[in-house]
Amino acid sequence: MNMAVQTWIEIGQLADIPPLGARCVKTPHGRVAVFRAADDRVFAIEDRCPHRGGPLSQGIVHGNAVTCPLHNFVISLETGEAQGADEGSVATFAVRVEDGRLFLHADALRRLVA
Amino acid sequence: MTEKLVIVGNGMAPGRMLEHLFECAPGRFDVTIFNAEPRVNYDRILLSPVLSGEKSFEEIVIHGDGWYIDNGITLYKGHKIVGIDRAAKTVRSEHGEVAPYDKLVIATGSVPFIIPVPGHTLPGVLTYRDLDDVQAMMLAAKSRGRAVVIGGGLLGLEAAAGLQAQGMEVTVIHLMPTLMERQLDPAAGYLLQKELESRGIEVLTKASTRAIHGEGRVQSVELEDGTVIPADLVVMAVGIRPNAFLGKEAGLEVNRGIVVDARMQTSDPDILALGECAEVGGLTYGLVAPLYQMANVAARHLAGEIGPVFSDQAMATRLKVTGVDLYSAGDFAEGDDREEIVLRDASAGVYKRLVLKDDRIIGAVLYGEAADGPWFFDQIRNRTDISAMRETLIFGQAYQGGAPLDPMAAVAALPDEAEICGCNGVCKGKIVGAIKDKGLTSLDDVRAHTKASASCGTCSGLVEQLMALTLGDAFNPQAVKPMCGCTDLGHGDVRRLIRAKTLKSIPAVMQELEWKTSHGCAKCRPALNYYLVCDWPQDYADDYQSRFINERVHANIQKDGTYSVVPRMWGGVTSAKELRAIADVVEKFDIPTVKVTGGQRIDMLGVKKEDLPAVWADLGKAGFVSGHAYAKGLRTVKTCVGSEWCRFGTQDSTGLGIRLEKFMWGSWTPAKVKLAVSGCPRNCAEATCKDVGVICVDSGFEIHFAGAAGLDIKGTEVLGLVKTEDEALEHIVALVQMYREQGHYLERIYKWAKRVGIEEIREQILNDADRRRDYFDRFVHSQKFAQVDPWSERVSGKDKHEFKPMATLTMEAAE
Repeated sequence: MNMAVQTWIEIGQLADIPPLGARCVKTPHGRVAVFRAADDRVFAIEDRCPHRGGPLSQGIVHGNAVTCPLHNFVISLETGEAQGADEGSVATFAVRVEDGRLFLHADALRRLVA
Repeated sequence: MTEKLVIVGNGMAPGRMLEHLFECAPGRFDVTIFNAEPRVNYDRILLSPVLSGEKSFEEIVIHGDGWYIDNGITLYKGHKIVGIDRAAKTVRSEHGEVAPYDKLVIATGSVPFIIPVPGHTLPGVLTYRDLDDVQAMMLAAKSRGRAVVIGGGLLGLEAAAGLQAQGMEVTVIHLMPTLMERQLDPAAGYLLQKELESRGIEVLTKASTRAIHGEGRVQSVELEDGTVIPADLVVMAVGIRPNAFLGKEAGLEVNRGIVVDARMQTSDPDILALGECAEVGGLTYGLVAPLYQMANVAARHLAGEIGPVFSDQAMATRLKVTGVDLYSAGDFAEGDDREEIVLRDASAGVYKRLVLKDDRIIGAVLYGEAADGPWFFDQIRNRTDISAMRETLIFGQAYQGGAPLDPMAAVAALPDEAEICGCNGVCKGKIVGAIKDKGLTSLDDVRAHTKASASCGTCSGLVEQLMALTLGDAFNPQAVKPMCGCTDLGHGDVRRLIRAKTLKSIPAVMQELEWKTSHGCAKCRPALNYYLVCDWPQDYADDYQSRFINERVHANIQKDGTYSVVPRMWGGVTSAKELRAIADVVEKFDIPTVKVTGGQRIDMLGVKKEDLPAVWADLGKAGFVSGHAYAKGLRTVKTCVGSEWCRFGTQDSTGLGIRLEKFMWGSWTPAKVKLAVSGCPRNCAEATCKDVGVICVDSGFEIHFAGAAGLDIKGTEVLGLVKTEDEALEHIVALVQMYREQGHYLERIYKWAKRVGIEEIREQILNDADRRRDYFDRFVHSQKFAQVDPWSERVSGKDKHEFKPMATLTMEAAE
């Protein structure tokens, strides 16, 4: 029987990320971008644009979306889907804030492998 | 299993064919295109507006690189196919690339016809066929010399008008008695000739070329009657012939063109041909409408549908010369069984002629007022019996059925199946349907969704009227283009309101100007941030989250996510110490590529983001500061060696360049600003294609501005001549400040200058000393806050978070 273990990994403080900014977390299989929206909601997605692999963590954050710095794809931070006429999506990961500390779900390590 | 489809040629016909094919048989083919031209697919019909300077190449691209990638097409640019092996089913390019096919489409277009008169191979003799020809003509036009266009047909006249718009003196030589005799009757041809002559284009009809003369390059054209016309450029536009060479080599049935049946199939069942190289029913075609019809037929054929077959239809032509209203359609030769209706209004310069046969219109020529062209064309194609409206027919649609004289009413009265866009075969019903169903509000949207007015653009007016009819007051074609979807205000309004309402932060702008989104978007935020930096240098705190990544981390992001680092090299001058420091940094940080830039500096490419602060620290020790190679700001000041070394130098151009750069570095501008200073008119620093340039002369400094050498190529305008270096500095700084205060974000100086007018700028900067001084002073004030080296700031710890990952996780942590 394969029990799913709920694992959360502490990755840092909310204050480490500027509002409307992002930081990245390095994993053995690629980077995860962690975003802080204007209302302090936090999102984590694969740091790799579905278009040409641009580092989404370097993009401009607006609302609950980020614009890729390479060719301006707009990716939803909530769903990971490309917005507007563009197509493609990135993996999204669970992340939560507790007392100003940030925890990333361990899924982030597994799902990037798949 | 996917089949391999190879296409030879990348013009409008195969491009359109692929659009249809991806729609009706998605995923069926693995597509490879070989294009002899080194570029993507563009709208050849619009080359004339590019030549006249009314459009840029960018604006006429049909399929950008992204389209090929998105559709999984392998596009070989600059690969000419030299052989087809029908037994092995492969094609071979001149570079030796061999590609197998299941289906092959030949779309090699046509080649311009060249009259083999003596001298036709001299440099300076061009044809008018593709973008290379246009660029060659534009380059030649820079000389402001004399051009002779041989051929007074559609292409020849468009070339003549374009060259004249570029500043050349133009003569058109035409063999026949009247211009465009294939599309116009003699009366309209005559009116056209008068119009062109009144614009200063010389037109010689019944003129035959005997020879082209010149030593080393073309100098004159000699006619059969002995007349010699001086010429620095000769354009031959005497017709085209199908480029059927490949088909012939491969043993396909070839006549004038590659012979195909009504489904575009050649004599080989696996090979299709379409476009100008194809011959169907004994005819070849050169206008876009039948070529697009072929594209549709070929796509359906490839998709395995029984599908439509090609049929010869009446064609309509328009001349794309701004200010000349001309339309012709159908057959207008005279004949015993034909009648005609003619309307002439000499004072208004209007001529209209309809040719009738058996109570039906078979041909129409309209000059001076061509709005009814599409309506007449409709009557021709529908074979409408016009006996009931014969009396008023010539006055056009508005007079029929007692309809009022309102152009909108005329458009409203059109039936749904009336064709609006002839190039793309789009009817009224389809346009109105798309506007309603998809909620389209701009002409660009309608173009994107329906293709109406997306080719030659002459039906744009009709499409706008349809939009006005469908949308009512919601449609306003004159409306200012909003900055982005977050606001209805344009850049100009936003800039004015920021000053008028003393708005000093992005949230204040968004609140007061009623932004529709809570925090803007990636388009408006960088613009607002710049406007605020520019207008309130002392008060505004730069919002780094609203800056593009390059300006946030002060380096240029590369395609693989690494960065490039360019230190400032004042005026392009360096030293052993600086070069040694660069060499050490390159070795220490294992930087893969070192490249000299176009702006006389050294670029280190492939630097890892985490290494940036350490790289800057080492460069800083050698005295380097950021070169702002990433900024919408002052970039480089390119110089030549000038009077210090050069035997021709008239002034110390290097010294002035360094002085300008040291004065102006660090300033933010709407778009990048590049300067150059040349020590003499030989112009080794290429100052006459820069945003601002200086040409030193014995009597002082000639200041230039508004040049471009990127997507657009444009020589500079002369601002004026000043006597001293101090004056040169003051004028240039004032000019840049004026641009900083008025430019729209991402608008280069040449575009700003075009918008506000060269004369206005000259008036304010050159003639109005008080104003100039004010601009200068505001720039100096702003520099107090801007001239801080961003690299040393970051070496001392600013924005540390930008350069390090927040955490590094290992697999163990997850188990």
